[in-house]
Amino acid sequence: MVQGTVDIQELSGRSENVEAVIAAHKHGLIRTFVKRNKVGALGFAIFIAILLLAFIGPFFMPGKNPTVVANIYAKPSWDHPLGGDYMGKDVWYQIVHGGRTLLIVSGLAAFISTFIGVVLGAISAMFGGKVDAALLMISDIVMTVPTIVLLAVLAAYVRLDNPLLLALVLSVTAWPALLRAVRSQVLTLKEREYVEAARMLDLGTWHILFREVIPNMMSYIVINFVFAMTGAIYGQVILFFLGLVPLAGENWGLMINQAYTKGAIFFKDSLLYILAPIFMISLLQLSLVMISNAMEDVFNPRLREE
Amino acid sequence: MAAIASEPVMTVEQTEASGPSLLRRIGSSFLLRRILRAVLTVYFVMTLIFFLVRLMPGDPVQVYINQQMTQYGYDYDTARNMAQSLFSIDASKPIYVQYFDYMKNLLQGNLGMSISSPGTSVVDIIASRIWWTIFSVGTALLISFTLGILLGMFMAYKRNTWIDSTLSALASITHSVPNYLIAILIITIFGVWLEWIPFVEMRGSVSSGVKTGFTWEFISDALYHAFLPIFVYVLTTVGGWMLTMKSSTVAALEEDFVTAARARGIPEWRVALFYVGRNAILPLFTSLVISIGFVMGGSLLMEPIFQYKGIGQMLFQSIQKRDYPVLQGIFLVITISVVVANLLADLLYSRVDPRIRAKG
Repeated sequence: MVQGTVDIQELSGRSENVEAVIAAHKHGLIRTFVKRNKVGALGFAIFIAILLLAFIGPFFMPGKNPTVVANIYAKPSWDHPLGGDYMGKDVWYQIVHGGRTLLIVSGLAAFISTFIGVVLGAISAMFGGKVDAALLMISDIVMTVPTIVLLAVLAAYVRLDNPLLLALVLSVTAWPALLRAVRSQVLTLKEREYVEAARMLDLGTWHILFREVIPNMMSYIVINFVFAMTGAIYGQVILFFLGLVPLAGENWGLMINQAYTKGAIFFKDSLLYILAPIFMISLLQLSLVMISNAMEDVFNPRLREE
Repeated sequence: MAAIASEPVMTVEQTEASGPSLLRRIGSSFLLRRILRAVLTVYFVMTLIFFLVRLMPGDPVQVYINQQMTQYGYDYDTARNMAQSLFSIDASKPIYVQYFDYMKNLLQGNLGMSISSPGTSVVDIIASRIWWTIFSVGTALLISFTLGILLGMFMAYKRNTWIDSTLSALASITHSVPNYLIAILIITIFGVWLEWIPFVEMRGSVSSGVKTGFTWEFISDALYHAFLPIFVYVLTTVGGWMLTMKSSTVAALEEDFVTAARARGIPEWRVALFYVGRNAILPLFTSLVISIGFVMGGSLLMEPIFQYKGIGQMLFQSIQKRDYPVLQGIFLVITISVVVANLLADLLYSRVDPRIRAKG
């Protein structure tokens, strides 16, 4: 999946956008955009609901998920609202418990790739010259390597048994687009008066970068974080589906893998069991896409059609 | 779509070549720089594979040697020789010599032998599978592109009506749900639950007993088996084309030359076709060429689900069996196709739109 390589537009000179940015400063990013965009608000609500389910839900459903032979592909009942899986485990339990690691790992991966993208992009723009050329070349190369295949090949060689390692692998190819966008943004921001003022005060490159330049592209970085997260979820579910991640614990991706490898997709009674994780993952992806599109609309009006 | 819209920006990026004069000369020629980048990318992937194979903890060569020793009771030397012939790597030489040997083998087109099906070379395996993938995903890509262009233009002309907003919503939904999930959904809902599709019959690439050749029987059978992968691929990618084409058309509609053409009394269909359409399609053309490169990567998850015997299913199987030589061979082939497609897209775009060449 190609992540958005939106060039942030010139921030000034566009009254609506200035308004949005001012509002964002006053009331915070999230409130501004919920107010301004209904689809975004819906996406945000869905995302919060999924977060609650994945992080708070397990506290209401403690204990283990026993294998009950009588429940193999069981029909939904009061005790098992989504029925049973191929070995008689409760599906609803797996849904409640299966979101947490998925979300943590993709959040972590998005954080890592955003961090790499912002830092390298800023370095590229601030130092210029050979550093810039080299970084651009590397990002070019990484951008061309087909991500999914690389992930699959990497995971076949490396044993991905801890979340941090998994997140690292997922973020390996996710940063070049952001690097380019941040670079071009820093290049324009560098010429602004307040940056020049800071430079005259001799505040140092790092101070200028982290206190003057980067805060001004925060909304953009947040949008990219959301983009990166959808990418990480996509990649992670693929790794689970391919069985390249150790198959332990509860995870929506793992549920799909099990349903596929154990042949559950060929049983009529297993419909809910297969639909449940697919629905959750699709909903999660959709909510993130809705959020990022809405954010772009609010903070980046040149992309707005019409 | 933002992603596509900014593509030209990426190609315009300047690399300020500073350094020796040879480097500068390469840097100043658009064509040479692109080719250099393509070669470097392939080289990078080849090197990456080598280091993955040799230097990772749980080195596959060592794992294979140990496995042969414990499972079949070979002594170390025999097991090592077997590993060496499989991976075309001489483990007793220093690592840099191994690296050069490996590169030499690759440049000669020797990708080694398969572990899981002994006696078959990786090149043969890839050659026997690749055409199915090119056929199915290629057809799907063409259908998806054409459909997306038409629907996108339609949406642009009907913008701000209910048709446009419905189509936009549909496009973003199908675009954001991963294709392999849609594939599983289609099998479970239409194949197993409702029994509308004879899914079991449609698996595979071609029915047994049908001979390969330019006969109607063969082509129709191949299309019949490729129908599901093609359908899912079109369903999940058409949204992207639609949305890009829509915004591109909307932008073109506002150009002065369109207004001028209308003022001259040129019939609307001619304006749509030759003034709006031709200009709107320009940025999408590059994306199409790039997508051709991703044809093989795009099949990775769909083919195993539909049991379609293309390169994606082969990759899936070799991952399951940890058949490293096949794995790296397929990875290399896919990367090369992507790199070549990117190179073509760059060159094509600079030809169609000379501004790019002048700037970067």
